[in-house]
Amino acid sequence: MQRIRHLWSEGALLAPAVILLLVFVIAPFFLSGYLSFTNERLIPRPVPSQWVGWRNYSRVLTDPDFWQAVRNTFYFTLMVVPFQCAISLGAALLLNKKLAGLTFFRSVAMLPLLAPITVIIAIWAALYQVPNGFFNTAVNLVTRDDRIVDFLGSRDLAMPAIVLLSAWASFPFQMLIYLAGLQEIPEDRYEAATLEGANAWQQFKAITWPGLINVNIFVLIITTVQAFKLFTQINILTKGGPLGSTNTIINYMFVNGYSEGRIGFASAVSVLFFILVAVIAVIQRLVFKNENE
Amino acid sequence: MSRTLTYFFALLMVLVVLGPLMMMVTVSLNPSEPDISVNMGTIRAFIPHVVSFENYQAVLTDRNHPFLRYLFNTAFIVGAILIGAILVNSMAAFALAWGQGRYRKWAVVAVVAMIAVPMESLVLPLLLMSSRMGIVNSYEVQILPFIANAFALFLFYQFFTKIPKDLIEAARVDGMNLFQTYWYIGLPLCKPIIATLSILIFLEQWNNYLWPVMVTRGPEFRPLSVAMAAYFDSNRMYWGQIMAFAVMMSIPIMVFFLIVQRHFVQSVTGSAVKG
Repeated sequence: MQRIRHLWSEGALLAPAVILLLVFVIAPFFLSGYLSFTNERLIPRPVPSQWVGWRNYSRVLTDPDFWQAVRNTFYFTLMVVPFQCAISLGAALLLNKKLAGLTFFRSVAMLPLLAPITVIIAIWAALYQVPNGFFNTAVNLVTRDDRIVDFLGSRDLAMPAIVLLSAWASFPFQMLIYLAGLQEIPEDRYEAATLEGANAWQQFKAITWPGLINVNIFVLIITTVQAFKLFTQINILTKGGPLGSTNTIINYMFVNGYSEGRIGFASAVSVLFFILVAVIAVIQRLVFKNENE
Repeated sequence: MSRTLTYFFALLMVLVVLGPLMMMVTVSLNPSEPDISVNMGTIRAFIPHVVSFENYQAVLTDRNHPFLRYLFNTAFIVGAILIGAILVNSMAAFALAWGQGRYRKWAVVAVVAMIAVPMESLVLPLLLMSSRMGIVNSYEVQILPFIANAFALFLFYQFFTKIPKDLIEAARVDGMNLFQTYWYIGLPLCKPIIATLSILIFLEQWNNYLWPVMVTRGPEFRPLSVAMAAYFDSNRMYWGQIMAFAVMMSIPIMVFFLIVQRHFVQSVTGSAVKG
């Protein structure tokens, strides 16, 4: 009798989470796989949707716009990941020193993390403003002419402009993780190195960098996955333009699936996106595991 | 690195971080749009030279964009998700940690696997489901998908497995069933995890954009994050008002988090170590 009562309450504890996970994670996960083989539309048509086999996948994979979005996503990731990680590590190293006013510096460095991304996007839109925003004025001062640079309206500059904004918006997260990692490195190693006459760079190479190996793996993976999901900045600032130069995988999925209502087609994109993210995470883990050994 | 150089970099960082935020505040306090435009690229865009709350008044009385309604929507949605997520996930985690079933080992593996599934690859089927169920443009559609959370469940699970076995056994001897053990022993113990998750879930929802943009139509159920983007879109070039909207949306939260800073830092780094 007691055992039954225990089983009953075990079930009661599990039930809400199991039901919600089934409905909102597991069902959509398999549903997106199924939908990617149909011509389902967001707004129901009089004709029932049909099984179309691999047609969505072959259309996605032969669409030049899709490949442009893939290239742009990789381009963004390859720029933002090293840039943002370097800034985060640099800031963490700085804030790990015994500075006067350290609490102030740390508080300031955290601020971008606390501002919602849509607010940050609005602020940076003003900074990139044509013709007289901050960046235009700065460029004119340096080049000493008054040529107007439309950062977000230029095929070559729009993505780098978004990289800069994105790095500013989220570097404190990685910085805090690096900071925690730095504090795990025992102080006496540095003292010993100082006694042996190692300079700052030698200490960084011999103690700090190896000491951060696990933190690096983690930071690299989360920053990369975050970069692959780039959407909000694009949706608000450029809508993928000019000429598709800032179109990303998620934006491509959004436009096809939501704006045009082609759920079946766009589901194929979301399946491919899931596979891509999973593969990248596994590769990064393997590469770093080998270096670690 | 010499001390001077260290301070130079520290001050540079302060400038780079505070600059854009100062501009937000400065522009929001300037009632004259032509004046804002003329000074956009100068130092006067970063240091206030007029103080007026006209822009704030304009935002608060804008009929197309009811700021207070947006604020309420966000508070309601985030609040409901927080309460739901904490209860639902801690309950399931407690059953996985101290239940009897053999299934538990596999269930934990499944939970860990679910952490890796990005929300982005689920939004389209979720959108289709919601639209066929007729719950698009509502509070439910913005709350329900985020309550059960594999990451939160796993954090709770890790915490519960560290409770001393004697404590659980003693409760059982006293005749408590598993639910009572959870309610009287498990839940009160996990306050630190609750604090951490509250902060992480808040930040996540605060920046949530893709899903709410898909499932909200007008101001009625729209959260602040999407409202900011919509306001920006419909008031292009009215920088004073855009920035007033941005200030009202972000400054109170910044102040709050700076006050609970230590806890905040622990939550972010804790998520990293445990994740």
